[in-house]
Amino acid sequence: MAAIYSLYIINKSGGLIFYKDYGSKGRMDTNDSLRVASLWHSMHAISQQLSPTTGCSGIELLEADTFDLHCFQSLTGTKFFVVCEPGTQHMEALLKVVYELYTDYVLKNPFYEMEMPIRCKLFDINLTQAVQKDRVVLLGR
Amino acid sequence: MIGTGKIKQYANVLDKPLGKGKQEVSLSAFAFLFSELVQYNQTQVDNISELETRLEDAGYAVGARVLELLCHRDKGNRRETRLLGILSFVHSTVWKVLFGKVADSLEKGTEHEDEYMISEKELLVNRFISIPKDMGTFHCGAFVAGIVKGVLENAGFPAVVTAHFVPVEGQQRPRTTILIKFAEEVLRREARLG
Repeated sequence: MAAIYSLYIINKSGGLIFYKDYGSKGRMDTNDSLRVASLWHSMHAISQQLSPTTGCSGIELLEADTFDLHCFQSLTGTKFFVVCEPGTQHMEALLKVVYELYTDYVLKNPFYEMEMPIRCKLFDINLTQAVQKDRVVLLGR
Repeated sequence: MIGTGKIKQYANVLDKPLGKGKQEVSLSAFAFLFSELVQYNQTQVDNISELETRLEDAGYAVGARVLELLCHRDKGNRRETRLLGILSFVHSTVWKVLFGKVADSLEKGTEHEDEYMISEKELLVNRFISIPKDMGTFHCGAFVAGIVKGVLENAGFPAVVTAHFVPVEGQQRPRTTILIKFAEEVLRREARLG
């Protein structure tokens, strides 16, 4: 069954601002998740320089034996990436939905400081609903 | 000829008719503006109740002007003199113009004679706002409470208006209630009018 293991959001300087794991496979303690986030930030930046084609905007998909990693970078440099089972469909659409939720419930919240960890209840509630809906759609296929 | 458009030019700006204006405003634009209003006031105050007072004052100014505009535009310059009249004006007309829909419900308080409640599942101004836990009972709906207070007080019904969260079982998000407590003189006048 196609499933998401974990979701990360990193700010433009590479710091982890949001981390959520779904299920035991993706679970990581805080230090490890921070390390993965900064590791991915650096790899993303290096890949932009290394790319043989011009106008490359960084890694969008990383396929490994046991997982896939889909990444979406907004125009402002905030990166949303999700670690999921190999072969999961529609992750780009899910990342765009998460980006929309971020702009709505995090950026319009007067109590959120930019580049700080996200602690917004509404964002969590709506994110759970979006992932649930996604799971239902996937199961239905 | 350059300069003569279809719009009739008025010699005096006071003679221009008061149009209906644009019916729609971008929700995102308002959300950002309101978020900035809250953030700005946070830097100016020391505690939460002062922040609520400032939001209420901002709303009061809006309420006073909205009352004048709506009395002229929607009610044909008629003045409300009864309590229920002004309350249903706030609950339907004002809410419709400001938030695009009438308020969810208008109730009379059971414990006190002078209390009325307008409740909403979620206020438009609070749609994108999550209050952090350390702010306790702070409610950004104080802005809307200020609007209601502005309308009521300028219509001749002085009142104390506050916004509260009311938890509902089975729902994650609590309902919002605007509590209106009228002054003594309003009730005495109402009793006199029969």
